[in-house]
Amino acid sequence: MAEYTKSLPIPQPESDFYWEKAKAHELWLTHCDDCDSTYFYPRPICPGCFSRNTKPMQSSGKGTIYTYAIVHRAPLPGWRDDVPYIVAQVELEGGARIPTNIVGVEPDPANLKVGMAVEVVFDDVTEKITLPKFKLAG
Amino acid sequence: MPNANLSRTVAIVGAAESDELGVVPHKSALQHHAEAAHNALADAGLSVKDVDGLFTAGFSTLITAEYMGITPRFSDSTSVGGSSFVVEIAHALAAINAGMCEVAVITHGQTGRSGRASGNSSGLYDPNFPNMQYEQPYGIMGPPINYSMACTRYMHQYGEERTRQALAEIAVSTRKWAQMNPKAQMREPMSFDDYHASRWISWPFHLFDCCLVTDAGAAVVLTTAARARDLPKKPVWVLGAAEYHDHFMMSQMPDLTRTPAYVSGPLALQMAGVTHNDIDLAMIYDSFTYTVLATLESLGYCKPGEGPDFVANQRTAPGGDFALNTSGGGLSYTHPGMYGIFLLVEAVRQLRGECGERQLKDPKLSLVNGTGGQLSSTGTTVLAVD
Repeated sequence: MAEYTKSLPIPQPESDFYWEKAKAHELWLTHCDDCDSTYFYPRPICPGCFSRNTKPMQSSGKGTIYTYAIVHRAPLPGWRDDVPYIVAQVELEGGARIPTNIVGVEPDPANLKVGMAVEVVFDDVTEKITLPKFKLAG
Repeated sequence: MPNANLSRTVAIVGAAESDELGVVPHKSALQHHAEAAHNALADAGLSVKDVDGLFTAGFSTLITAEYMGITPRFSDSTSVGGSSFVVEIAHALAAINAGMCEVAVITHGQTGRSGRASGNSSGLYDPNFPNMQYEQPYGIMGPPINYSMACTRYMHQYGEERTRQALAEIAVSTRKWAQMNPKAQMREPMSFDDYHASRWISWPFHLFDCCLVTDAGAAVVLTTAARARDLPKKPVWVLGAAEYHDHFMMSQMPDLTRTPAYVSGPLALQMAGVTHNDIDLAMIYDSFTYTVLATLESLGYCKPGEGPDFVANQRTAPGGDFALNTSGGGLSYTHPGMYGIFLLVEAVRQLRGECGERQLKDPKLSLVNGTGGQLSSTGTTVLAVD
């Protein structure tokens, strides 16, 4: 396998569970039992109401494209062979928004529309790290 | 609301760029800070020995103060991206009124174009930062990619074609202003066709939707009303000043079509006791054409989605009835990374009548809005001359 040359996340104590679940091909968010919101990214105190009454919760992995762009100029050398590629924010069922890539579709605005249904796929980019990405649903 | 009694208690008394802007490989970022401070103090008729308050962003003031030989009794290195320097107008206003300092200098210097080290002064490359963990692994990094995603959402909500036309209007009108600024980097004419033909950087952004990347520095000097009246140049009064931020990463932005100017703008205007119609010059951070479109709406110049009508038919170009970014902006004049201080320099020069060919007719009031991060932070200030 060729060396992976793109940036990798360095999991932090509050996000170890997120990356461990991703490695198991599951997408987990955090749910606040006080304000009944589901949020990304992982942190133990709710950014909506500052409650500590929160817990990890598995996401269905289904959502819609909230917005996207098609990158033509690689931001770092690791992406030079990837351009053009699709960056996006996906709004998951339950409301959390997650930054990601849309994969499995030609990067052309004619193929993409805000609001399109998408579902999670898992990209095992290294032995340790799996990135949740999204493909068009159906 | 900030205390309206502080309106007109502090003035900008000096403003200047560093000696050379554009492609300046023979000077460091810190040298741009020092040259800009030197030039701004000369403009103010003050000495470096008068300076007791020092403000900057990117660098710590520990570094800029040592480099320039300044020992401030008040210092502020607030780093909220390109908005920092406008935000620091509010901070200087507060500090001067609290007696924490009397002569405040805000300095900037960056070598975004030619710097020998990677541009790491913002600290954004710390692996603990949320964007390093959740965005950069997806190739989501840097302003063009992030801002272009915000723009796609705007297009979805308000129409792609009319949004595209608005972006082109802003790019073309801004270039026309730059053609009248001898210090502007991009002075050749830009047609609408040129805009549409420029290459994609990150769809929906063409190259000409994006600001320049230059080497440059600038500084402004502020002091008390009493002291300002004794100085050689016309005081540029701070009538209102406010700041706000509501996210760090673009993927956490509450509404991709509304910048924090929706709070900082009205607060600054209220403090100043003026309304949009009173403003003669709007200096609005143009990191991207879209930044201007979203900011005009957020400031309340028009309603959400009406920006494309507001800027239609080259209304913001020379001779139009809405004077905007008369320096040529970050799009065509200069943009070294954190551009906010240059908005202030142009506003001061226009209000003093020092702008030569591009000088507006007798402007009295300017609104300056700096934006920083990923549309994360804004500082708004209202400036006036008697």
